[in-house]
Amino acid sequence: MSNETHLHHPNYVKVWAVLVVLLAVSVLGSLTSIRWLILITAFGVAVVKAYLVAKNFMHVTIEKRFVPYLLVTCLVFMALLFAGVAPDVMKHSGLHWENSAAKQAVESGTHNAAPKHE
Amino acid sequence: MSKSIANTRSATGIPSARLITWWVIASEIVIFGGLLASYSMHRLGHPEWQSSAAHTNTWAGAFNTLVLLTSSLSAVLAHKAADGGNGAQAAKYLRLTILGGAIFLAVKAFEWTTEIREGFTLPAGGFWSFYYTLTGLHGLHVLAGMLIMLVIAADAAKNEELQRVECVGLYWHFVDIVWIFLFPLLYIAR
Amino acid sequence: MSTQLHAAEPGIFRKYLWSTDHKIISMQYLFTGMVMGLVGGYLAYVFRMQLAFPNRDVPGFGLVTPGKYNALVTMHGTIMIFWVAMPVLVAAFGNFLIPLMIGCDDMAFPRINRLSYQIFFFSTVVLLSSFLVKGGAFGGSWTAYPPLSAKGAYNLTPAGASLWLIAVVLEFVAFLLGGVNFVVTAMNGRAPGMKMYDLPMVVWLIVLASIMFMASVGPLVAGAVMLLFDQTLATGFYDPARGGDPLLWQHLFWFFGHPEVYVVLLPAIGIVADVLAVFARKKLFGYRTILYTAWATAVLSFVVWAHHQFIAGIDPRMANIFSITTLIISIPIAEMVFVYIATLYGGSIRFTTPMLWALAFIAEFLIGGVTGIFLGASGADIYLHDTYFVIAHFHYTFVPIAVIGTFAGLTFWYPKMFGRMMNETLGKIHFWGTIVGFNVVFIPLFITGAAGDQRRVYNYALFPEQARPELQHLRTLSTIGLLVMLASQLPFLFNFIWSLRHGERAEANPWRSNTLEWTVASPPPHGNFAEMPTVYRGPYEYGTPGRSEDYWPQNVPDEVLQRP
Repeated sequence: MSNETHLHHPNYVKVWAVLVVLLAVSVLGSLTSIRWLILITAFGVAVVKAYLVAKNFMHVTIEKRFVPYLLVTCLVFMALLFAGVAPDVMKHSGLHWENSAAKQAVESGTHNAAPKHE
Repeated sequence: MSKSIANTRSATGIPSARLITWWVIASEIVIFGGLLASYSMHRLGHPEWQSSAAHTNTWAGAFNTLVLLTSSLSAVLAHKAADGGNGAQAAKYLRLTILGGAIFLAVKAFEWTTEIREGFTLPAGGFWSFYYTLTGLHGLHVLAGMLIMLVIAADAAKNEELQRVECVGLYWHFVDIVWIFLFPLLYIAR
Repeated sequence: MSTQLHAAEPGIFRKYLWSTDHKIISMQYLFTGMVMGLVGGYLAYVFRMQLAFPNRDVPGFGLVTPGKYNALVTMHGTIMIFWVAMPVLVAAFGNFLIPLMIGCDDMAFPRINRLSYQIFFFSTVVLLSSFLVKGGAFGGSWTAYPPLSAKGAYNLTPAGASLWLIAVVLEFVAFLLGGVNFVVTAMNGRAPGMKMYDLPMVVWLIVLASIMFMASVGPLVAGAVMLLFDQTLATGFYDPARGGDPLLWQHLFWFFGHPEVYVVLLPAIGIVADVLAVFARKKLFGYRTILYTAWATAVLSFVVWAHHQFIAGIDPRMANIFSITTLIISIPIAEMVFVYIATLYGGSIRFTTPMLWALAFIAEFLIGGVTGIFLGASGADIYLHDTYFVIAHFHYTFVPIAVIGTFAGLTFWYPKMFGRMMNETLGKIHFWGTIVGFNVVFIPLFITGAAGDQRRVYNYALFPEQARPELQHLRTLSTIGLLVMLASQLPFLFNFIWSLRHGERAEANPWRSNTLEWTVASPPPHGNFAEMPTVYRGPYEYGTPGRSEDYWPQNVPDEVLQRP
């Protein structure tokens, strides 16, 4: 069935070209050794690319409002999951507790670059 | 089999096929989100995994990102064609998308084989366990998408069920977006 | 209607096993759920007999060894939640009621609906097969915490453990598929004139439950894959010595596990709402209040999960936060109970069997809710966690949900589903036997739990502080209550089966209810409505002043009301 919301199709090839350029930026960034630059190009670019795909290819911004609300809500729940679990799993010590196995792994791992070490 | 009346109604204004696709995508966000959140917590808490992560093939990952982005382009061009009523062209673009998926999986297979040969197997370490699980789950979704697309392309070629072209495209874009985040998480982040 | 133009009458296979008709699929879910309910009930019988009469052969089972005990309690919990409560409350009632109550012919995607049952059926087969493999069914408790669940050397049921996981994941996939179908159908398939606020409460709440399920199960699917890999492929996702963390599983499990209890609660509350309104002949008090409260509960349910982990070793500061949110969530639930009581106030109450069940739901769930407050306070929970107090609390919530709520719905909609009336006398015997039996099972367990009885212990004679005779008397009393409760299901089973052929034939609207399913024949024909209805009002216009009838069906056009 036809869908009036898509009467206007943006120039998809142009969008694709921008995405490829962004990909190149993130790869080039990874070749440097400036940590903050790598992180910004890698993840910043990822967020921008995701937004461009969502907006231009998936037409999320011209969908009925409920759709982006639904998707954002799911993302919020994932942030919530992270916030509730990371204090126990990401951190290795807290109020009256310590994850000594993990602490040891971090210690010995950072001394050692062997691949089979966890 | 003809469609149920429930299917053809649209009290929300969104056709049912597209609406259910969005709900499926929403549920996939939390599946991948859960796995990604678990990985992120471990990765941030274990900086020593960096030495393992250094062994993923960044160029293969970048190439695969390019492949998926391009296949997303062909998927949305298929949608544009279907929107214009041109089923044959939509089918052509969908099949290009499937080809993109196949290339992606082939590169993945090559990567995995190389990594396994070097001793980086699934149980080899925390990083590798997550790496294979994340890329494996993603790869399964790529494969599933390809199979569904095959069926929809066959119908589209006969100018049937053209509305499904957009829906499978939405799913494919989602799979692309997941990879957009997997790439920096597994290949770049140090 | 195009679906009725099929030339030949379909054969048994097409009609009953390969059908896409939502009513048939609902029956498939219902019967599978009921059979699994018998299995789950049998398992409870066996382990309660062991607890009352330790180390004696249980009739119909044999000797309960510690390993077998673990498997019994694990499978009892797993089956009751995932293979009884979910399929009956969510899938069976959802499938049967949603298209009928919104005035359409079927689900938006009937073939996906059929697929969801087929996956569910397959998951049932996988789960039941685990009883037959070497080592027997999984014995690591329904919460499956690693390392117990990850290492076969610990749980002694390695094959059962993996089959259990696979069955559970398949069940999740089935309900994800079914759930999105329900949501899309309710959103899109409504009859002309039926606004979102004209939906019967049970439809709203099943839809909300499906959304909650979908939003919460994802991380556990991920976690289950990780556990399966730990079990079978030597990964260490949950092994601290390998860089993993067992707490991660607990968090992933309960992030789903807590919303899940509301996923099963909401349909039951919806059923009770509809039954109360019909048999009080009174408009549901505060429709929007209930709805917004249900939404608030749904959202809040995502921020309370770690109250299951207060003594697992989580950071105490997280325990503070989760304690506060847990106490807050009792407010919307309490509000719903008050609103239901307000619905009854001033009503013209008919004590039919469905109404008895609905009233019992309110009373019993109240006990469950109130005892939850003790457990939600992290300080008190230090003592009460993992005792029988917890078991009694959650059975005072789960049994109202999965047993009382189900029977309210079954006795209410049986005429519509099967075209016959059930026998009221048998219904009342079933009711009283179940309710009395149920309370006799669990009130003693509050006492023994507070007195120190730990969960998952197969024989208290081994623990001197718990081996006291007064406690053993209470355990035995609990078992006797269970025997009464189980025996009381016999009149129900007989009633159910006998009424199928010999019950009084049901007219279209024997309860004089307003909702759309009662405007068609009992049972409804394929396609439901010969002519698709239009809706003019909400579902709860009972006792409207100025009308000659005390009810006003949704599809009856508006009229000028007489001045009273």
